[in-house]
Amino acid sequence: MATTLSPSTPLSQDEILRYSRHLIIPEVGVEGQQKLKAARVLTVGAGGLGAPIGLYLAAAGVGTIGIVDFDIVDFSNLQRQVIHGTSDVGRPKLDSARDTIREINPNVQVVGYETKLTSENALEIFKGYDLVVDGTDNFPTRYLVNDACVLTGIPNVYASIFRFEGQASVLALPEGPCYRCWYPEPPPPGLVPSCAEGGVLGVLPGIMGTIQAMEAIKLILGIGQPLKGRILLFDALQMKFRELKLRKNPECPVCGTHPTVTKLIDYQEFCGLRGVETAPATGATFPEITARDLKKEIDQGRELVILDVREPHEFQIGRIPGSTLIPLGDLPKRVNELDPDRELVVHCKMGGRSAKAVEFLRQAGFQKVRNLQGGILAWSDQVDASVPKY
Amino acid sequence: MSIKILIPTPLRPFTGRQEQVEVDGRNVGEALEGLITSHPQLRNHLFTADGKLRSFVNVYLNDEDIRYTGLQQTPVKSSDTLAIIPSIAGGCCCCC
Repeated sequence: MATTLSPSTPLSQDEILRYSRHLIIPEVGVEGQQKLKAARVLTVGAGGLGAPIGLYLAAAGVGTIGIVDFDIVDFSNLQRQVIHGTSDVGRPKLDSARDTIREINPNVQVVGYETKLTSENALEIFKGYDLVVDGTDNFPTRYLVNDACVLTGIPNVYASIFRFEGQASVLALPEGPCYRCWYPEPPPPGLVPSCAEGGVLGVLPGIMGTIQAMEAIKLILGIGQPLKGRILLFDALQMKFRELKLRKNPECPVCGTHPTVTKLIDYQEFCGLRGVETAPATGATFPEITARDLKKEIDQGRELVILDVREPHEFQIGRIPGSTLIPLGDLPKRVNELDPDRELVVHCKMGGRSAKAVEFLRQAGFQKVRNLQGGILAWSDQVDASVPKY
Repeated sequence: MSIKILIPTPLRPFTGRQEQVEVDGRNVGEALEGLITSHPQLRNHLFTADGKLRSFVNVYLNDEDIRYTGLQQTPVKSSDTLAIIPSIAGGCCCCC
């Protein structure tokens, strides 16, 4: 457990020099910097959002930064997770983040939690922190963080991103709304945007995470207006910010006047993911084929059409030779290009979108249609490693 | 009344990649129905089987959540903008 610093802990000469640009702002001053030094902020996630959060909170002199992350730095993270570098690939994100923070500001104490945040450990982990900054990347954890913040009375500095858009707000402030006031329920797995559709411009979480760091610092200092009861929407392509009102729902099951959720629940179940392995959309009630078996059939000269339902830019990354591309969204209007009398094998990146396509085609009267299990990633693993994974 | 509906990125595959759609309607309900009529694949993403707005998709009339202004009965005027704001989690996805 990290030591608790009091807001009256004096600054050293080094700190006075280091933070001089803070000290000369009237709204900060020595007193404000001491508040930052005494502050304890927990960042959930050391990824796209967590990276700028960690960097800027460290630079600002937040005395204790807790980080919850059990992941390993992957090559594809480096496009946006700027707290990690090329030499960190293969290391735990926690270790990498801790080292970077130490290099930026050795006065910061990093408390690491190399574990998945769960209903069993969240309340214990959150205890003693002044703020939680949500840098997670999935719905179950978002709802877990929210509920744990409301139950512990710790504000939740929230942001999320999708491709070129971001959302930010400060939730679970006293008398303020929480995430469930905003979105009472998560989308079921079948309606969550897919990986390829979900790709992100690396700098976007940089912007949103920095906004989160800004809000955290303002809350610690007690200055300005936090995003309480407000949603900040960011559209990077238009370079526009918009603001929407976020009202506290008096009937919110967690933060309302008569809460029904008084302890943490099973969030996987809440998000409809309990019992699901990889591609929840499949359900496997229709025929599937493995990549290996598909290759065998092709080699045996079996006449079939391989239908790729990914997006054109994915097709450019790599494709199964001889495949036909009809993106999933275009399938309804282009279904006439397909011959229902021919054997059809449908694939996407991992098997989820193609499962939806197979369902659609079967309802449209196609009887000889099968889903490629595991998609092109499985093809790359089992058949042809020269087809790039992404 | 012709008003514009802003389409969020996750739903643009179902509107031919359009970022906004102009529709006619006297209230939010008519405007959304107009949207779905011209882009039927959106129905499942916006409404449940029994016609209720999905709770992970918020609809805003200008800067107000329609849950607090009368839902689909909320009247609209031509200078209004409807925005569909789905929940996004960022990063990890469950299916592909």
